[in-house]
Amino acid sequence: MKHNQPVYTDNDPQSELVTLNLGPTHPATHGVFQNVLQLDGERIVSGVSTIGYIHRAFEKIAEHRPFYQITPLTDRLNYCSSPINNMGWHMTVEKLLNIQIPKRVDYLRVIIMELARISDHIICNTIIAQDTGATTTFLYLFQFREHIYEIYEEICGARLTTNIGRIGGLERDFNDIAFAKINKFLKEFPVALREFESLLNRNRIFIDRTAGVAEVTQETALSYGWTGPLLRATGVDYDVRVSEPYSSYQDFDFEIPVGTSGDIYDRYLVRNEEMWQSVRIIEQALEKLKSEPKGIFHADVPEFYLPGKEEVYNNMEALIYHFKIVMGEIDAPKAEVYHAVEGGNGELGFYLINDGGRTPYRLHFRRPSFINYSMFAKMSEGMLLSDAIINMSSMNIIAGELDA
Amino acid sequence: MAKATNTEIINLLGEKFGEQLFDVTEPYGLLTFSTTKDKIVNVLSFLKENGKINFNFLTDLTAVHYPEKNQIAVVYHLHSMVNGIRVRLKVFLHENDATIPTASTLWNSANWMERETYDFFGVKFEGHPDLRRILNMDELNVHPMLKQYPLEDPNRVDKKDEYFGR
Repeated sequence: MKHNQPVYTDNDPQSELVTLNLGPTHPATHGVFQNVLQLDGERIVSGVSTIGYIHRAFEKIAEHRPFYQITPLTDRLNYCSSPINNMGWHMTVEKLLNIQIPKRVDYLRVIIMELARISDHIICNTIIAQDTGATTTFLYLFQFREHIYEIYEEICGARLTTNIGRIGGLERDFNDIAFAKINKFLKEFPVALREFESLLNRNRIFIDRTAGVAEVTQETALSYGWTGPLLRATGVDYDVRVSEPYSSYQDFDFEIPVGTSGDIYDRYLVRNEEMWQSVRIIEQALEKLKSEPKGIFHADVPEFYLPGKEEVYNNMEALIYHFKIVMGEIDAPKAEVYHAVEGGNGELGFYLINDGGRTPYRLHFRRPSFINYSMFAKMSEGMLLSDAIINMSSMNIIAGELDA
Repeated sequence: MAKATNTEIINLLGEKFGEQLFDVTEPYGLLTFSTTKDKIVNVLSFLKENGKINFNFLTDLTAVHYPEKNQIAVVYHLHSMVNGIRVRLKVFLHENDATIPTASTLWNSANWMERETYDFFGVKFEGHPDLRRILNMDELNVHPMLKQYPLEDPNRVDKKDEYFGR
């Protein structure tokens, strides 16, 4: 397909088909996606997806940045749950460097990641509701995303692109206000989520719009590389948190919700149930933190963990390490490592090849949105245009993660 | 049924393919090996269809450029969800002849991942149904992830690497 040339060249005036450009900037797509659709009335006959509108060459940039400068790039992948991306990257480097993380740091990270998962699922589920016509639920639950951002702000100072944590731990401990805000969130959010569910779960209009729409079989989902809530909605109980536990997820007691038919309603229910499970995990993490020694927020690895300014000015070793880390001169083994975390949309993988230089030799992001989205045009065939819009919302495609 | 281990997988593959699999390593517990481009589809479909190891899922497909060896490595990450185990498979191609049979006949997910690899590395996947650029614009005449292309426009005077300690 050449630029400036129409995708569909069938200009037969007798033809009943209409070509429609859905996007690149269409309010219903919630992001920069272009789909050129051929319509027969309201029904989609075929479609072509064009992506790459916000491609920012992160993999190329990453080859020219030391490890600690790559964290801000990962923020901008799935910007609805950037802490998960940040932590995934830190854990990849920690795996490369064989750093053992203290349990308390693991639990603090779990809290942050589960808050991020909740905020990611809030966005997706409220937008499904919005696109089926339920504006109330959208505005009602969306305020809790704001509360989660306030917690991030307390922990790291940023809200959306968080750059949270450091290689080797977190950059600072949670303060009392952060814990107070988390406790307040845990008290208020379940009430709102229950109300959200009671507005939608048995809502006739919502069920008519979503149940039985865009059904996907397990075989198709696996063949197209689906992961995350989309795959679980088809009934495959694959979750990286359980199959390859990282950050001490094996210490927690939680369930993996699965659907049966893989339709939009199942995806919605799976995401909702995951929010309940995330609340459960955060509660357990807070409980576990009580028995951990206070004040530990990073591993004891001075050669990799950036020291505090107080130490840098008063301690020669700290100054040396500070200099070496900032210049990217850490002794990392020449090796390759793949690490996956369960992101908001599925398996977020980091494939890192280190050749002993200051920067990665190669870094590849396995981006769930990119891989999940490849099926969209194909599965839209034969679907109503309005159903395809909800289908896209329920796939929770984030343009930043799609294009990297 | 007991879950398959790395040793069992490599024994099973060794029986079937023998010398065509080489460079077997296990960095960080992830079984890694190389094969040739003539055998890659056979190896992939064996891994996918063998009931005992059952690597049903193509996690990732990408490439790495090694300019000093004039090589491009195509890297496959496969996952056996039943056994909870991953393998990494590499095929080294010569820069000037970067063609390899497509894996999109085995997994639909390979379609876009191969398009991405083609877009950034210029690896041509033979038999791919729709091999064209995916993230970059169609008019681009280079494959930008190859190591010879610098990050910044080299003609710019305000963004020299030495000003940034790089």
